[in-house]
Amino acid sequence: MTAMQAMPPSPTAPAETVLELRELVVRTQSSPAKTILKGISFDIAAGETLCLVGESGSGKSVTSLAIMGLLPKGILEVARGEIHLERQALLSATSRQLRDLRAQRVAMIFQEPMTALNPLMRVGEQIEEVLVMHQRGLSSGQRRERVLDMLDQVQLPDIERVYESWPHQLSGGQRQRIMIAMALILEPRLLIADEPTTALDVTTQQQILKLIKALQQRHGTSVLFITHDMGVVADIADRVCVMRHGEVVETQPIEALLRHPRTDYTRQLLQAVPSLRPRPAREVMSPEVVLEAIELEMRYGGTSRWQRLRGQSGTGKLAAHDISFALRRGRTLGIVGESGSGKSTVARCVMRMIAPTGGGVRVLGKDIASLGRAALKPHRKRIQMIFQDPFRSLNPRLTVGASLIEGPVNYGTPKAEALTRAAELLALVGLPEDALERYPHQFSGGQRQRIAIARALAMEPDVLVADEAVSALDVSVQTQVLALLADIQQRLGVAVLFITHDLRVAAQICDEVMVMQQGEIVEYGPAGEVLGAPKHAYTQSLMLAAPGRHWDFAGFKPLDEVYRAERPGVSLAR
Amino acid sequence: MFSYCLRRCLAAVPVMIVVALFVFLLLRLSPGDPAAIIAGDMATPAQLERIRASLGLDQPLYLQFFQWTGALLRGDFGTSLMSNLPVTQLMAQRLEPTISLALFSIVLSVVIAVPMGVVAAWKHGSLIDKAVMSLSVLGFSVPVFVIGYLLIKLFAIDLGWLPVQGFSRLSESGFLPFLQHAILPATMLSTIYIALIARMTRASMLDVLGEDFIRTAHAKGASEKRVLFKHALRNAGVPILEVIGTGFALMITGVVVTESVFNIPGLGRLTVDAILSRDYPVIQGLILVTSGVYVLINLAIDLSYALLDPRIRYQ
Repeated sequence: MTAMQAMPPSPTAPAETVLELRELVVRTQSSPAKTILKGISFDIAAGETLCLVGESGSGKSVTSLAIMGLLPKGILEVARGEIHLERQALLSATSRQLRDLRAQRVAMIFQEPMTALNPLMRVGEQIEEVLVMHQRGLSSGQRRERVLDMLDQVQLPDIERVYESWPHQLSGGQRQRIMIAMALILEPRLLIADEPTTALDVTTQQQILKLIKALQQRHGTSVLFITHDMGVVADIADRVCVMRHGEVVETQPIEALLRHPRTDYTRQLLQAVPSLRPRPAREVMSPEVVLEAIELEMRYGGTSRWQRLRGQSGTGKLAAHDISFALRRGRTLGIVGESGSGKSTVARCVMRMIAPTGGGVRVLGKDIASLGRAALKPHRKRIQMIFQDPFRSLNPRLTVGASLIEGPVNYGTPKAEALTRAAELLALVGLPEDALERYPHQFSGGQRQRIAIARALAMEPDVLVADEAVSALDVSVQTQVLALLADIQQRLGVAVLFITHDLRVAAQICDEVMVMQQGEIVEYGPAGEVLGAPKHAYTQSLMLAAPGRHWDFAGFKPLDEVYRAERPGVSLAR
Repeated sequence: MFSYCLRRCLAAVPVMIVVALFVFLLLRLSPGDPAAIIAGDMATPAQLERIRASLGLDQPLYLQFFQWTGALLRGDFGTSLMSNLPVTQLMAQRLEPTISLALFSIVLSVVIAVPMGVVAAWKHGSLIDKAVMSLSVLGFSVPVFVIGYLLIKLFAIDLGWLPVQGFSRLSESGFLPFLQHAILPATMLSTIYIALIARMTRASMLDVLGEDFIRTAHAKGASEKRVLFKHALRNAGVPILEVIGTGFALMITGVVVTESVFNIPGLGRLTVDAILSRDYPVIQGLILVTSGVYVLINLAIDLSYALLDPRIRYQ
């Protein structure tokens, strides 16, 4: 059920304001100073969820840090403006007052649950520390009781054991629950959540969002929720504040914003959200199978030398099992799954970055599953990879030109010829020719991913493996890169193995989709069928967990209105 | 945890065997007849023969090795050629001054250097930070004996607060006389380690202070002191411990200069004397003992990592 449907009719008396930002200006302390926030104003009422939405660099995280008084010292400073928490001016508060305020009246949870907890302290102790610092009167027995009660409220199993656990023994979702317990144990009036579910799987994300909502209602907390994900916004927001380049573009109640965005920027942002409905099927370009996996199996850390000598198989972890698929020239096959599903293992096997422990991998009909290093070399250039993080996948010390020609030169292309080709490739991915002489840091994330694509294409491969290749990009950039990939595919006839956790992206780019869970394929078929009418319970649960699944963002209306318009008399009763 | 300890301890055994083999070969492979080296220039053929027999040099090499290691395991390190005293007894006499001086120096270094590094990291880029960094460069670059003689000139000769030279055993005369005699040599020995540990603490703390969980601690309303010492320092601990451990190991062998300057009867002096007089059994014993101490210290460092970081225990 969406937030809009759950929301009570608008209250007659305006609720009390918990947080108030007035004309907040934050700038860098460098000279010349650069203004990061250019006069931000918004309010949050008691019990309300305000979503702060924007792309990277819009200033949403800086806003949250400014409220907490945690702007990095010596780098950023508040130049002007006011922040009031329940009428107390925060910017004139002493650092002692601010410390007392934190956790007691305003608390914060962060994006990366894997690194947000101290690895050398038991999680129970970390929650208890909040009580030690802010509730001096409690005995250690009372503190323990409070912590256990809170662990119970965030629905962790076996709370006595969790209390004694170290962070590395818990999953990402569990750690985020610990963070939430830590944030809410003193019942603060305001919870700031900075992309708290971005690093989590969809099903975990859904659980965490539900948990935050439930605790918010129970404790009457206001929530400032920072996200770039419009789907999440549609599910949880009461009101939305859209930010861009350090300015508030518009603030509206959620339904009004989704139906009638006032500004072009919000309109673009919504239109860039890929639809969950699979795009119409493309025609098959060629029947030729370029990549085939046959009953592929990968077992990690399994069989010891001793066991192999005695002809036994090991007890290691089966990361991929019975994986078979075929990819035709010019087609895109999506591998969809949550973390630990084995999708990256499959990619590494077909790339032959690791040797599969069973089954076959055929590239253009030739089995490469068990080839040695030397025998593999001619086949390596047939499959090229595009990685997730364009900020780390390009060597910062090499010019773009040097990165582009490295592969072809290794395969014997004369340098001058490789450079000419590199210039053509840059034109193909929409970058100016002078980019050849420049270094990766001079480009934005989207541009770098274009360079990464050009680098992969320089080898003239038959298959591109894209491992979460657009996950790190803002939606508008994501749309452009996906369009570029589709365009290149049409022109060069390259096949793409597209690995993603994002069902929306999968629905828009894949011809076929393979859903993986715990190392096995649970559903495999044309994208229209698998994502349009999923048969397997797991695929269905993934689709149900997809945030904002009730909205057609690009059409500015809820999906059941779309369906009703398409098929009068049929509603979206699932 | 127990199996981790056991594995680390077992890993030390082959290291010690290699060291023993090296020490054994040191004498056997040095140019010339070992017996002649031992006996000196003035020995008669009969004396040489007697030394050969007593050392077992007329037997095959591997038998000699087993006999020698067997003796080692029984605690027999041979007899000094100069003083005719058992090597173990010689070393035992000299061990206490060296170990107590090294321990005192390392404690002094840690107590001074760690807070310096923490404050420098906390006030990163400030005047304090720059002062700490400059002092540590100074500590690196001034030769230790210069510092030693400056200290003697100032505190012993000009001010007359402390004795110029000599040593007083902790086990014989108690803490105060020990402190009076040890404070100058310990300061001299510490300077370079204070510089080293302060730099490492600062660098490691700077890394940790940029971590997400530090931001979490601030968001919880923790005070600066709490963030620095409870959350950051422990996480920065592994590289700092590494430097402290290696520093301590190096001190045991690096006290030669200090012991010479302050005329302290420790292992360093014994080493110098043994080398100058080619007293091979003593040299062998010293190498074995110092290597053993190295191995033990490294073992202690590894085990302390496991105590410090729960993630290591379960690997």
